[in-house]
Amino acid sequence: MNQFSYMRVTSKESAIAALAKDKAAMFLAGGTNLVDLMKSGVTSPERLVDINNVPLATIEETKTGLRIGALAKNTAVAENALVIKHFPLLSQALKAGASPQLRNMATVGGNMMQRTRCHYFYDSALPCNKRSPGSGCGAIGGFTRMHAIFGASDKCIAVHPSDMCVALTALDAVITVTGPKGERKIPFGDFHRLPGDTPEQDNNLQRGELIIAVDIPFNQLAAHTHYLKVRDRASYAFALVSVGAAMQIRGGNIADVRLAMGGVAHKPWRLKEAEAWLKEKSATEENFRKAASMAMANAKSQGGNAFKLTLAPNTIVEALKTAAAQA
Amino acid sequence: MGTDKKSEPINRVDGRAKVTGKAKYFAEFEVPGVTYCVMVTSTIARGTITTINTKTAERAPGVLAVFTHLNMPAIPGWAEQGSNSKLPSGGERYRMLGSNKILFNGQPIALVIADTLERAQHAASLVTASYNKSEHHTDLLKNKEKAAMPPRMGDYTRGSDTNAHNTAPVVMKADYTIPIEVHNPMELAGILAFWEGDDKLTVYAKTQGVKSTQRTLAGAFKIDEKNIQVYSEFVGGGFGMGLRTWPQEVAVAAAARALKKPVKLVLTRDQMFTLVGHRPYTIQHISMGATQDGQLLGIYHEATGETASYDDFTEGTVGMTRFMYACPNVTTKYRIVPLDRGVPIWMRGPGEATGAFALESAIDEMAYKVNMDPLQFRLKNFAETDPEKNKPFSSNNLKEAYELGSEKIGWAKRNPAPASMKEGDWLVGYGMSTGVFGAHRGESTCRAQLNADGTLLLQSATSDIGPGTSTAMVQIAHEVTGLSIGKIHFELGNAAFPPSGSQGGSSTVSSVGSAVFDVCTALKGMLTEAGLTFDNGTVKSAQGKSDSLQDVLSKQNKTFFEVTRSSKGGAELEKYSLYSFSIHFAEVRVHPATGVVRVKRVVTVADSGRIVSPKTAASQMIGGVTGGIGMALTEEGIIDHRFGRFVNNNLADYHVPVSADVPHIETIFIDKPDPITNPMGSKGMGEIALIGFSAAVANAVYHATGKRIRELPITPDKILSA
Ligand SMILES: Cc1cc2nc3c(=O)[nH]c(=O)nc-3n(C[C@H](O)[C@H](O)[C@H](O)COP(=O)(O)OP(=O)(O)OC[C@H]3O[C@@H](n4cnc5c(N)ncnc54)[C@H](O)[C@@H]3O)c2cc1C
Repeated sequence: MNQFSYMRVTSKESAIAALAKDKAAMFLAGGTNLVDLMKSGVTSPERLVDINNVPLATIEETKTGLRIGALAKNTAVAENALVIKHFPLLSQALKAGASPQLRNMATVGGNMMQRTRCHYFYDSALPCNKRSPGSGCGAIGGFTRMHAIFGASDKCIAVHPSDMCVALTALDAVITVTGPKGERKIPFGDFHRLPGDTPEQDNNLQRGELIIAVDIPFNQLAAHTHYLKVRDRASYAFALVSVGAAMQIRGGNIADVRLAMGGVAHKPWRLKEAEAWLKEKSATEENFRKAASMAMANAKSQGGNAFKLTLAPNTIVEALKTAAAQA
Repeated sequence: MGTDKKSEPINRVDGRAKVTGKAKYFAEFEVPGVTYCVMVTSTIARGTITTINTKTAERAPGVLAVFTHLNMPAIPGWAEQGSNSKLPSGGERYRMLGSNKILFNGQPIALVIADTLERAQHAASLVTASYNKSEHHTDLLKNKEKAAMPPRMGDYTRGSDTNAHNTAPVVMKADYTIPIEVHNPMELAGILAFWEGDDKLTVYAKTQGVKSTQRTLAGAFKIDEKNIQVYSEFVGGGFGMGLRTWPQEVAVAAAARALKKPVKLVLTRDQMFTLVGHRPYTIQHISMGATQDGQLLGIYHEATGETASYDDFTEGTVGMTRFMYACPNVTTKYRIVPLDRGVPIWMRGPGEATGAFALESAIDEMAYKVNMDPLQFRLKNFAETDPEKNKPFSSNNLKEAYELGSEKIGWAKRNPAPASMKEGDWLVGYGMSTGVFGAHRGESTCRAQLNADGTLLLQSATSDIGPGTSTAMVQIAHEVTGLSIGKIHFELGNAAFPPSGSQGGSSTVSSVGSAVFDVCTALKGMLTEAGLTFDNGTVKSAQGKSDSLQDVLSKQNKTFFEVTRSSKGGAELEKYSLYSFSIHFAEVRVHPATGVVRVKRVVTVADSGRIVSPKTAASQMIGGVTGGIGMALTEEGIIDHRFGRFVNNNLADYHVPVSADVPHIETIFIDKPDPITNPMGSKGMGEIALIGFSAAVANAVYHATGKRIRELPITPDKILSA
């Protein structure tokens, strides 16, 4: 680990100012990802700007939905009564992630910003374009069991590891960020990027910008919701594939539906075509299966992750079946 | 003792110390002036170091020294051992920091020592090296042609029809694979070492054998064992990785001598994957022949495991196949393939856990082939006496164990047809297997000191890596003397105590327990001579005598009675075949769409003689089965062979089972004394708890799905693509 200095800020303004002043400074929230990255030498900030005392941890109802502060802890969000009532998918997704200890520290902003768990990214003895642009992708042709089946490039096949983000992308959340140039809003689906030729860039947050909140618009999807995470052990493991499914069902027909996947791409993977096709169809396994195969249209295996071409559609069907079966 | 009388279940005598943080582990000892060592490790798997730059690190704040192959103090004992090993590979010996040669990825290339851990870590990040890379070979599957017979284990054949496994009316052939497994105890490995002068060494170590650590260090530094203090009272899990004193631990002691300062090394989690051994990747072929009605006629079992280019690691992978079933023709072969990797080491159920996965899966496959219930098939081929050694078993209650276990799990109530049972969307399956491990007993010594206040102190240089050794020893002493539990104290983990073997091979209770038994028996005799007796939990004057313990001691000018006894098995052990047995039953759920396997229920029956300490024995079984669940479903060390490097060397990606993976585990003990093994009638149980369990799960998965998974761990991808 490199030597670094540490400071605490108590307002958005001072947080932004601290980063504007110092090119090698980074925000520290729960630290559950950043500190690990520092320990393994992937990230070497010279200054940590601790934002935990910035008052951005509230979860409140607005006219149009829920607003969740960027510093709300993952546990606080998962256990929040409003979240459980309106957006059970988000609560389920959060609880499927990491461990209670980690969730007690991890924040909403930090969760969105967490970096891939690709081993080649973490081990500085191995090549990785994300860590060290131009060094090559170590994963391609190597251990690819955990890697992307959608949207990968020849520079990077890593996946975004978050569960929470799968739910937020499905729920059409909107992110508010602020920075030296003022506030702006980013639809959740536009926040994370595909790797393309610049895998070093995970998302579209500009340097120096601070995430302040996430807004989730109300919907009618709470009754039929399921987050299904398939992993190598029963808890405390990243997704091989995960699916967030939420439906509004009227008289056996799907009035509205949201579907997103985790563990399959460089960003949380929304299945818009499958959603569009499912709308107004009856909620049957046969239809779920058709939607799932539609969702897989552009899937591509890297070798070690070929099983995901079967697992992903199966998981979509299972998640939809379980969601539909809810009373 | 040695009778049918059941032991009472007592709590761990050191349980309170452990849960309150009072128990001290090696890294927690505070030694004035301690310094911290951090290792820099190689990033290539084979080749030479061309340059190593330590200048910046040496100038970093707090740094006391950086040792590399260029300036490492000599370790006299290492220099003496020949430079080439007599291996199948003829490989070069591994001398840490002894030359610029790199023999495996992750090999230490520098020791950075500083006044604080953080400064040592920072300085270590400043050491840079360049290499001349050679081609490396880390993939067993691509190096099978190098397979060689290990020096210490020959092939085995019995029977006149060595081809029966091919020519029998029913023939079953299959290949089985187990991956690298890494012990990953919670406590990290390491050592804290300091010297007085040049020839008195003290170490706090994480070791399964304080005497063996003492011997290794004495050999390395060519000093008298008596001049080496080794302390290791508490060990946070070992599973076999602590059975050696590793080169980096010796090197740290050498650095401490050179610096004239205490030096502490604690490995990082990723170093636990490369520097303290692992269960070797092993491929196995079994060919089995039987009659139509399920009588075994021939078994051929060949195992090929990995070793390092610099060591001939050998384990008993095919041992169980030789004697487990009454089969007239059996051939076993075991080969090792030297690779450019760190050396493996025994891991819980060493060899047998690997072999039992293959054998007990194959038995299940054959049972289905001949249309027999796997339990009936085992009974039909039951070996009443040991067919390998042609000796009777000292005790063998397997038949009773089969009965108790199958009854408890409801074996007979299942529909034996594969893929026939369901619960909701989930497929339901039942599987069983057998485990076995030698009931070893080694030589052990124990000292007893009966104090004037009536408390009894027992000391032996054994270790406790978690099973609750002290608890079992206190219980044995209690049962021999009748002294109440609270008055007996057992001390271990100090090489200055009377010698005992390492804690390994499920032998501690049998070996050390016998010494405790003997020394307590001797003490009883001493008391009788002194006109005293153990009575109702305390020491009293014997009938017709009036002097108390204190009176007798003061008259003899003593502060305590003292006696030491050494104990080992006699010639009777040679007449019998000595084994512990286990039966595992597992009930699983398999999701056909996601490939997820969950173990729902486990019944494990141990035939391990008389149970000396029921509570810690049950914990052993639960821990072993948990390890077995890991072996069956989750654990796998993965190497990217292009780099010869692990790609999951942390606890997020190497999946040890978590609580949610582990259902209620029902443990049943036959609890009948073995008349031969030792005076307590006990047999070992640490290994049998795990051995065979993975096959029970694989067999249950077959029963649930009709799919045979012959490669561990059984992860969702394997179910989906089978
Ligand atoms: C062993 C382990 C297992 C895990 N398993 C899972 C899992 O199964 N599923 C899952 O989803 N996650 C998992 N995680 C990841 C976990 O969810 C993330 O580490 C966590 O959400 C990060 O949040 P944090 O607040 O700790 O972020 P930090 O580590 O503090 O920060 C992460 C990054 O976000 C930046 N940042 C933080 N807050 C802001 C902000 N407000 N504005 C701008 N930038 C910001 C930081 O500068 C840093 O770059 C796991 C983590 C570990 C260590």
